Amino acid sequence: MNAVTLAILTPLVTAVFCLFTLRSPRLQRFFGVAGMVVLLAVALRLMAEVGGGTIEVVRFGNWPAPFGIVLVADLLAGIMVLVSAITGLAVAVYSVADVDARRVRFGYYAFLHFMMFGVCGAFLTGDIFNLFVWFEVMLISSFVLMSLGGEKPQMEGAVKYVTLNLISSSFFLAACGILYGQTGTLNMADLALTAREMRPELLTMTAMLFLVAFGLKAAIFPLFFWLPASYHTPPVAVSAIFAGLLTKVGVYALIRVFTLIFTEDLLLTHGLLLGLAGLTMVTGVLGAMVQFDFRRLLSFHIISQIGYMVLGLALFTPLAIAGTVFYLFHHIVVKANLFLISGVTARYGGSFDLKKLGGFYAATPLLALLFFIPAMSLGGIPPLSGFFAKFAVVKAGLAGDTMFGGWATVLAVIALAVGLLTLFSMTKIWAEVFWKPAPEGHAPHPGHVPPGERFLLLAPVAALAALTLAIGFFPQFFFDFAARSAEQLLQPEIYIHAVLGRTN
Amino acid sequence: MECLLAITIGVLYAASFYLLLRRGVVRIILGIALLSQAVNLLIFTAGGLREGGAPFIAEGQTALAATSADPLPQALILTAIVISFGVLAFTLAMVHRADQATGTDDVDDLKGTDQT
Repeated sequence: MNAVTLAILTPLVTAVFCLFTLRSPRLQRFFGVAGMVVLLAVALRLMAEVGGGTIEVVRFGNWPAPFGIVLVADLLAGIMVLVSAITGLAVAVYSVADVDARRVRFGYYAFLHFMMFGVCGAFLTGDIFNLFVWFEVMLISSFVLMSLGGEKPQMEGAVKYVTLNLISSSFFLAACGILYGQTGTLNMADLALTAREMRPELLTMTAMLFLVAFGLKAAIFPLFFWLPASYHTPPVAVSAIFAGLLTKVGVYALIRVFTLIFTEDLLLTHGLLLGLAGLTMVTGVLGAMVQFDFRRLLSFHIISQIGYMVLGLALFTPLAIAGTVFYLFHHIVVKANLFLISGVTARYGGSFDLKKLGGFYAATPLLALLFFIPAMSLGGIPPLSGFFAKFAVVKAGLAGDTMFGGWATVLAVIALAVGLLTLFSMTKIWAEVFWKPAPEGHAPHPGHVPPGERFLLLAPVAALAALTLAIGFFPQFFFDFAARSAEQLLQPEIYIHAVLGRTN
Repeated sequence: MECLLAITIGVLYAASFYLLLRRGVVRIILGIALLSQAVNLLIFTAGGLREGGAPFIAEGQTALAATSADPLPQALILTAIVISFGVLAFTLAMVHRADQATGTDDVDDLKGTDQT
């Protein structure tokens, strides 16, 4: 069996194993972590296969495209599956110490893997309706993870999360229906060809429906309100994987349709994306400034960072798209890590409220260092990964070869200013949690967490921090992948030829 | 027929948006249920309506006749119905739990997670 199918089957099989061992949290934790290790191995193999630039296509039931459903693994899909597997493994290990036995008995690991099943499927599918189905697999598992435990804030967050995501799914489905009605196909490669013959106004309308549907999932302005209302409510492990992966699936879908299918009226569609990117960056970072809850603050930063990725997509030059891809994998690693760290400080200090935390630098210098790396990376300080991600996007904006002329420069300047404000937020956390002396009666107690659990909490954090450093110190190696993936994305003929065997 | 369906879809969308904008959580869920029905009809209509052309391949032929209806939109709708059924069941259970946990079904009172 090839790696493309395995990347989807592994989480599914793991989830089934977890369902069969619901009574034994110990076995579930074992399967939960082992499944992620296997997924990581599969993802590495997939990356080895597609890393060179070949596009792998798997036809279900051997039906030729566009009649059957196809799975397509291009470089972007390979990168996304790999980063998801890395984050998934980190979160699965962290969950062993963080998620209580009650949640595990109610199927935490099973749904974690069902969600990975949906995420990997969404990255690998080459069929737009199939993408909808994968989105639903991912969403319903995430609904369960969000509300598992049934605490009051969780349920409040879940109501908003579920409702808005379901509305977005309806938009997505309606867009699929209209697209099919116009073109008679659902295969994305075939759509790329037939959409060119659609009436332009209908094509634009469909593009807008997709923009709303994926934009809501990616939490771009003004569709992000569900995110800061819900991401800080579930257990930390759940927030971390949501923060790392789910919105990025939305961004991935935006990249896919806005490089492959809707490339006719670039000034309109990508111009709109450009404006939205700016507003997303600014509102996200401004929203974060007034927050004093560790995870709510980070949630707002997800939104502002999504703006950077959409900005790269909107600028639509090879450098900009490469920047977006680089940003995607840098951001998934860093953001998931920051959420995991917020969980560790909450375990040591007993609160997520920045005002009630303090004195961590004195109590655990190691944790302070582990926070410093992803935080400065998010702020874009060289030589960490975030710097190179921001550098590529901003440079693309200033390069002057985009179709937006002066506007691209304006957006690049906004991106720089937002980077500064991000740094401000990160220093705020640093000052509040690590630097200032612990407030009365809220001293951190690392000793209260048993050493075994402490190791399980810190090992994933350290691993992700090491990865951040690696991306920062060897950016050329990683940027190469991003650049080649951008090349593939900007030449849809390669994708179309791989799937259909023809390009007209 | 298209005209009638178009009006029906419009009315369904309008009704569901009205319900989505209400404050009661249950009404919002009903709005989502209506919305998914509206979308299903939309796919059905957008896929092309054709009367009396059952998609069977006639004896001796190897392909569908050009006059037969397209079975694919119906397959899409069927999938969508199954998904929305499952999601709706989950949502109702979730709302029940939310009602127990928060003691209210008014979204204006569910502001706890939105305050700084």
